[in-house]
Amino acid sequence: MSEVIRLTTPLTEEDVASLKAGDQVSLTGVLYTARDAAHKRLVALLDEGKELPFDAKGAVIYYVGPSPAKPGAVVGSAGPTTSYRMDAYSERMMEVGMKGMIGKGKRAGDVVDAMVKHKAVYFAAIGGAAALIARSIKKVDVIAYEDLGPEAVRRMEVEDFKVVVINDTNGADLYEQGQERYRKE
Amino acid sequence: MREIDASAITEAVRTMSMSANYDLGDDVVKAFERGLEQEESPTGKAVFKALLENSKIARNEKVPMCQDTGFAVVFVEIGQDVHVTGGAIREAVNAGVRKGYEEGYLRKSICDPFTRTNTKDNTPAVVFTEVVDGAGLKITFAPKGGGSENMARVTMLTPSGGKEAVADFIVNRCQEAGSNPCPPVIVGACIGGTPELAAMLAKKALIRPLGTKNPDPELAEMEDQLLARINNLGMGPQGLGGRIFALGVHLVKHPCHIATLPLAVNICCHASRHKETEL
Repeated sequence: MSEVIRLTTPLTEEDVASLKAGDQVSLTGVLYTARDAAHKRLVALLDEGKELPFDAKGAVIYYVGPSPAKPGAVVGSAGPTTSYRMDAYSERMMEVGMKGMIGKGKRAGDVVDAMVKHKAVYFAAIGGAAALIARSIKKVDVIAYEDLGPEAVRRMEVEDFKVVVINDTNGADLYEQGQERYRKE
Repeated sequence: MREIDASAITEAVRTMSMSANYDLGDDVVKAFERGLEQEESPTGKAVFKALLENSKIARNEKVPMCQDTGFAVVFVEIGQDVHVTGGAIREAVNAGVRKGYEEGYLRKSICDPFTRTNTKDNTPAVVFTEVVDGAGLKITFAPKGGGSENMARVTMLTPSGGKEAVADFIVNRCQEAGSNPCPPVIVGACIGGTPELAAMLAKKALIRPLGTKNPDPELAEMEDQLLARINNLGMGPQGLGGRIFALGVHLVKHPCHIATLPLAVNICCHASRHKETEL
C-alpha cells in the first residue's frame, strides 16, 4: 500500500488535483454530513438562490446517518452509506465549491465526469466499519434539518479520518482498476 | 396446550435487537480471520483487519457494529400446541423492537415510502410466522441494512435456462452490486417456489451459519462453483480489488410450477446479524 497522504479540510484545488485513485488519505478538520433527503433540500436552496447552511467552498461531504450517541459519547456508530443515491445532486454541490465526497459504492458516469470538470474527488471509507470509524470523530453538531433525525446535516470535527480515493480529477476509478488487477477468467 | 405470555416474546426481541447489533456471530468472525489469511490484495487484507477490529469494539463497548441497525426482520416458528396469551404475537414483537432500539441506542431507519417520514421507533418489524409441530416457540431476529437490501432481486427465468441461467444471474447480480452491499458479502438465493416465497427463502438462507455445508449435495456443489466464479470476478473486499468478495453462497430450492423457474437473490453485507431465542 502507498504511503498515507495527510490533508486538512477545507480542501484546495491543489490538494485534490494531486490525488490519484488508490491513494490512502487521512483527513483532519471538518466534514459535513448529508444523505439523499438532506441533499434534496440543499439543492432546493441553491435553486432558490439561497445560502447553504455551511460554506461549500472546499467542503468535504460525508454520506452518513449515524446511530444515536450513547451518554457521554460524541457520536454513535458512523460508517458510510451507499453513494449512488446522491448522484443526482452531486454536480450541483460541486458547482458551488464542494471538493470531496465520502461514501461507498460506484458513482454514475456523469458524476465522474463532473469531478473532472469541477476538480473534485470521491473517497470511500470502509462500509460497515462504523464503530471503528466513530473513533476518529471528535465533535458533532447538528446544523440543519434536525427533523430528518439520522439524516440531519451535521458538522463533524475529525482527526485522522481514513479514506481511499476512488475517483480522482482525471476520471480514474479505483473500483475498476482494483477488479482488473485481480480478475481471473 | 402450553401457554406463553406475549411479554416473553417482547423481552426476547428487545434483548436480541441489541445483541444482534453488538455481537457479530463467531462464524462470521472466523470467516474474517480466514479472509485475512487468504486475501492476496494488501488493501483487502487491511479491510479484513479493520472489520475484525470493528467487531471487537462493537462487542466490548456494546455499540452497533454498523450505524445502519437495519429493518427488524423476525422469523417466528410457533408450535401448534402453544397458546400465546396477553397479546398478539406481532404487537409483542413490535414492542420488543421499540424498546430494544431505544434502549440500545440503535438507529431508527423505517419510514413512509412516499413522504419518507420516519416512524421514529424502527417499527413495524417484518414478521414471518410459521406454525410447526410441537410446543416450542423459536424467534430469530435478523436485522438487515438498506444498502445490501437494495441489491436484492427476484426474477422469473425460463425453465429451459436451467442451472446455467440461475448461476449466470447470481454471478451478474454480484458484479452489478459491486461495492454497494459492503463486501465481503454472503449471497443468499432461492431457486423455485413462487416469486414472493422465493424472496423470503433467499433472505432466510442467509441465516445458515457461514462455513457449514449445504445438506443437499447438488446445491452444495453449486455453492462451491458459484463462490469460485463470484470471487474470480476480482472485486474483493469493499470492491477495491482482491480475492474475496463473497464469504459464502447459500442456496435453497423449492418445487415450482411447471411453467416457471423463479429465482430470488438476497445479498448480505459482512455485518451478517442474526440471533435466536427459544422460549
